[in-house]
Formats: sequence, C-alpha cells, structure tokens
Amino acid sequence: MNIVVCVKQVPDTATERKLRSDDKTLDRDAADGVINELCEYAVEEALLLKEAHGGEVTVLTMGPSKATDTIRKALAMGADKAVHLVDDALHGSDALSTSYAMAQTLKTIGFDVVILGSESTDARTGLLAAMLAERLGVPQLTQANKVDIDGTAIAIQRLTDYGHDKVEASLPAVVSVVEKINEPRYPSFKGIMAAKKKPVQTLGIAEAGIDASQVGLAGAWSEVVDFAAAPPRAAGTIVTDQGDGGTGAAEFLASKKFI
Amino acid sequence: MHRLNDDYEALRKTVEEFARDVVAPVIGDYYERCEFPYGIVRRMGAMGLFGLPIPEEQGGMGGDYFALCLVLEELARVDSSVAITVEAAVSLGAMPLFRFGTAEQRERWLPKLAAGELLGAFGLTEPGGGSDAAGGMRTTARLEDGQWVINGTKAFITNAGTDITGFVGVAAITGTREDGKPEISTILVPAGTPGFTVSKKYSKVGWSASDTRELSFDDCRVPEENLLGTRGRGYAQFLQTLDEGRVAIAALSVGLAQGCVDESLRYVREREAFGHPIGHYQAIQFKIADMEIRTHTARLAYYHAAEKMLAGEPFKREAAIAKLVASNAAMDNAREATQIFGGYGFMNEYPVGRFYRDAKILEIGEGTSEVQRMLIARELGLSSL
Ligand SMILES: Cc1cc2nc3c(=O)[nH]c(=O)nc-3n(C[C@H](O)[C@H](O)[C@H](O)COP(=O)(O)OP(=O)(O)OC[C@H]3O[C@@H](n4cnc5c(N)ncnc54)[C@H](O)[C@@H]3O)c2cc1C
Repeated sequence: MNIVVCVKQVPDTATERKLRSDDKTLDRDAADGVINELCEYAVEEALLLKEAHGGEVTVLTMGPSKATDTIRKALAMGADKAVHLVDDALHGSDALSTSYAMAQTLKTIGFDVVILGSESTDARTGLLAAMLAERLGVPQLTQANKVDIDGTAIAIQRLTDYGHDKVEASLPAVVSVVEKINEPRYPSFKGIMAAKKKPVQTLGIAEAGIDASQVGLAGAWSEVVDFAAAPPRAAGTIVTDQGDGGTGAAEFLASKKFI
Repeated sequence: MHRLNDDYEALRKTVEEFARDVVAPVIGDYYERCEFPYGIVRRMGAMGLFGLPIPEEQGGMGGDYFALCLVLEELARVDSSVAITVEAAVSLGAMPLFRFGTAEQRERWLPKLAAGELLGAFGLTEPGGGSDAAGGMRTTARLEDGQWVINGTKAFITNAGTDITGFVGVAAITGTREDGKPEISTILVPAGTPGFTVSKKYSKVGWSASDTRELSFDDCRVPEENLLGTRGRGYAQFLQTLDEGRVAIAALSVGLAQGCVDESLRYVREREAFGHPIGHYQAIQFKIADMEIRTHTARLAYYHAAEKMLAGEPFKREAAIAKLVASNAAMDNAREATQIFGGYGFMNEYPVGRFYRDAKILEIGEGTSEVQRMLIARELGLSSL
C-alpha cells in the first residue's frame, strides 16, 4: 500500500509567533520550526498501517527549505522516504491554493491513502483534508480516531458529542486524524541514523505540475487585510457569596449574554 | 566530541522532549508513592534507550556508550529515578552480559534487555562492604552436580525486584586463588529462582521511584552455564563495569546539575521580593553563575572521559575525575537551587526538592567520592608509597 502522510512544519507554539509587517504572512524565520503536533499522530497512524498491511510510507511536506528538519523527524520515526515541495512561488499560499499545490503533487507521486492531521497549530483552518479530497476526486474520511483498512475498503470512526460516526469508503482516499487516535512514537537512535540515508526528493512547482498563477500570495483567495496584537486580558470579576452568590453569578453570565 | 554531531544532537533533543512531555508531568506522583514507573520504562524501551550501546545484531541500537550518557543527562535534568533505572539496566545489567557473556547467554537475554522488556541488575555490594567489595564479600557459590549453589546477601541492588527484572548478576566467592586470595566469579541468577529472595523496597532518602532491594540467597541453585564468562574473572569484570559506570553516573549528575540551573533560571524571573524579581539581586545571580560553571566543567569532564573510553584508551583517571566533579556539582547545585526556591524548595512538589533528595547518592553510588580520590591518587602512582 502506498501511504502518503502530509507533514507540516509550524512555528514552535512555545515561542512567540508573529506575522510579518510587509506581506502579513507568518514570520517563519522568527520562530523555531517544529513538526505540527497533529502531524505526529498522522505519521504514527501511517506507520501502524504499514506495519499491519505492508507497503511504503512517503512523507509529503510543502514548506521552506528549513522544513527539512521536520521531514527528518518523520523519517526518523520510521517513514521510508519523503517528497519536499519547495518553491519561492508558494510563499503566501492560503488553504485553497495550498490544497491545489498539494493535490497536484499527490497526483504526480501517486497514493492509495493520504493521511494528515486534522489541523495545524499555525493557521488552524482544518480545511486541507476536505479540499484535498475534493481536488483529487476521492472520498474524505475526516477527524478519525480509529482507522481500519481491509483490502480496498477503508473505515474510520469519528468521535462526536453524541457517540461516534462510522464512515466507510473505498481506496484511494484522504484521511485526517485527531490526537485520540494513537500515541506517536519517539524516534529511536537507529531511526535517527537511518533517516539520514533515506531519500528526500525535492520538487519545484514546475516538476509537480503546479500553475504558478494559482499559488502564492497572488493566487490566494483569502487575504489578510489587517492584524493587531491581541488586547491584554482584562481583570476578572469576583462574585463574593453573601447568600446571594447564585444571583450574582447569574447576573454576570447574563451581562455577558451567556444566559 | 565537545560539539555534538547531528546524530547525537537529534537523540539528545528527542530525549529532552520525551523527558519534558512524558516524564515531567507524572514523575512527581510516582516519587511520592515510591512507585516504579512501568509505563515510562515501557516507552523508553520502545525508543531503544536500553539498547543504545548494543550492536543491532544483538537487538540493540548500534550506538555507543556516549549516546547512553547523553540520554542519562537529559533524563536526569528532569528526574533521576528514571535515569538511574536506565543507567543500572544498561551499564550494570546489559553491558557485563554483552562484554563477558557466552553466545547463548547473550542470545537469551540481550534482545529483551535492549528493548527494555526485561531489566538486568548487578549484585556486588553486600551489607558488610561496598567500597571494599572484594574484601567484604561473604556470598559464596559452590559447584555441585552441574549447578552453582549460592549462599549470601546483597545490599542496595538497583532494578533487582521489579516485575520485569530478568536476572541479577551475582558476584560470589567461588574458591581460593593460588595466591590465597578469594576467587570471585559472577553468576547469573534469573528472577524467581527458588532460594533467591527479594526483600521489600528500602525506604530511601531519594531515587524514590527507582527499585532498590536487599537480596538473599539460600542454597539457591542455577545451572553451571549461568557463570558469566570465565570463572575467577568476577573481580576484573566489575572493575571494568564500574569504570564505565562512573562516566554514566557523571552524565546523570550533570543532568541533575543542569536541571537545577533550568529550574532556577525560570523561578528567579517569576518570584519577587523587595520590589524586584529575585534574579535582580547579585547574590542570586552569582549563585546561578556558579551553578552554570559547575555544570559546564562537569560536562566537559564526562565528555572527555567518554571520548577516551570510545577511543579505546585508558580512561580510569578521567572517569574517576568526571564522577567526582559531576557528583559534587549536582550536590552543590541542588543545595543552591533549593536555597533560591526558599520555602518552596523544601516542598516535595517542586522538582528542586526532588533534586535535593536525589543528589546525595551520587557522591556514594558506584564508588564514593573517597574511592574516586583513591583511584586518582593510585593513577598518579601514589598508592605504592
Ligand atoms: C540507591 C542505591 C543503589 C545502589 N545500587 C547498587 C547496585 O545496583 N549494585 C551494587 O552492587 N551496589 C549498589 N549500591 C551500593 C553502592 O555502590 C555502595 O553503597 C557504595 O559503593 C558504598 O559502599 P558502602 O555503602 O558499603 O559504604 P562503605 O564502603 O562502608 O563506606 C563508608 C564510608 O567509608 C569511606 N571509606 C571506605 N573505605 C575508605 C578508605 N579506604 N579510605 C577513606 N574512606 C573510606 C567511604 O567513602 C564512605 O564514606 C547502591 C547503593 C544505593 C544507596
């Protein structure tokens, strides 16, 4: 089975994250790049599927050249090879154009199943899985907390407020996963050393069949018009219970339109 | 080697993340309950941390002893119980088997030890003597009908009583040498062997989430082929094991010393007194500067000892120096970090309180500070005066 796992490098959530003042995109140089947390679950699930069904796990990353660190981490966890889509023309792509670029690349490299985290900690749109599936013309099985594959049949379970949904489809398909799905492994030393020898193919937009006019800032359908720092948190309100605490709390909630 | 290559750095970083994300949030509770953290051990096993210096063909990671040291340092930055569990399992349990064991012994045990599924222990110290292990040894093993019959008691043995303890390598007197001195050999005693009793856990000052036991052997019988390596080589085996172990304990000590720096740096920015964060005051700044100096020099000392060890050069002196310098650094830093934390430093819920309790043993285990000085003096040719 040809498993492709999409992995994104994001700014470390532990450091201060900024937007650039010139083009209002994320300042990727300002913060340390780390693997997006949910992508680790996606890699783990890809490896578990490979261990159960055989095949090969390919990491697909779209991102600047420093994203190679993140690719190495996924390879150290156990993925077999990687494709790095890197091109200055991609800078500033929004969710729609990213899904176009990734879909074109996936068509180029081929896949039976594409696995990705359900969202990234930077943009947090959570749109990519659905958009990819649409562009590739394959089923989407999103927010999975369990994945089963049997031949060409694929089924996922999705936790909901009322129980769980079971979604079934046939391969090829796109699956997005949530963190309940597994416990991502830490790379072993053997894995770290082996990762250096694994092939990483670098693709520019031309090689991936991507039309330059549809990606990057110019090709984006959404635009950041303005941004401002979040206001500092205001002091809270303390309701002291002098026999009327319940009323006080209710009045406070009502004043904020919660009740 | 003073600058880590990419592989070592990636390993260090991986374990740093593991210690921060997996160990730190839960270890305080294990410590409080004096409970062995099986879940953490299982995950460290899956990461291959128990197999670092063991070749891939024998189920290990194909790394080296320095890689193990880096891991011990990163673990001990967060917690020493977890670090000593790995240290004892690898350096005292698996390594003697790897170096001196027969092909059958290695095949039987090494893959499981390297995976952290089983832990090995090393029983040298006895109630009557640790520093003078050979002179104080009373445990005997006699060969009878193709079996070793072991009698005696061992004290303070790490990893000897866990649910996943595979065996204890027991140093015992197996006869008298031509020069009249006792002949010492090491015999592998699998957990659960009749006649081998593991007492309940000691109540310890520190390392509370690690497993330390007194062991007694009462006509305990194991097959003759459980002899580790050659008969009469027990003394030489443990000298070599302990030389390496000292570098590992030095690394672990550096981790604790670094943990004190990390915690203090964070705390002195947050805690205010007399209108400023306490880090504003030079008295506090100098404490931390001194802590940093001790950590840095101790790290250089163990890197250097490890470098000589890996190069196959004599490293006894360097190992003893590293162990001494690093355990002193850990002890001094723990004392100062606790001081910086004030009353909170005396509370078990803060890592520095744990560091304080865990530091002292570093000046005692695998050779006391006095023993290190004896070794250094001997290396300088002073013992024959
Ligand atoms: C938590 C813990 C875990 C341990 N794990 C293990 C293990 O897994 N396996 C194992 O075999 N052992 C283990 N030990 C034992 C440890 O190695 C010994 O405690 C240590 O070697 C010291 O021996 P001792 O306790 O008998 O002290 P002693 O040897 O009795 O020393 C007492 C004091 O006398 C000093 N002294 C001794 N001789 C001299 C001298 N000639 N000149 C000057 N001073 C001297 C010592 O430095 C020390 O200060 C462990 C101990 C602890 C506490």
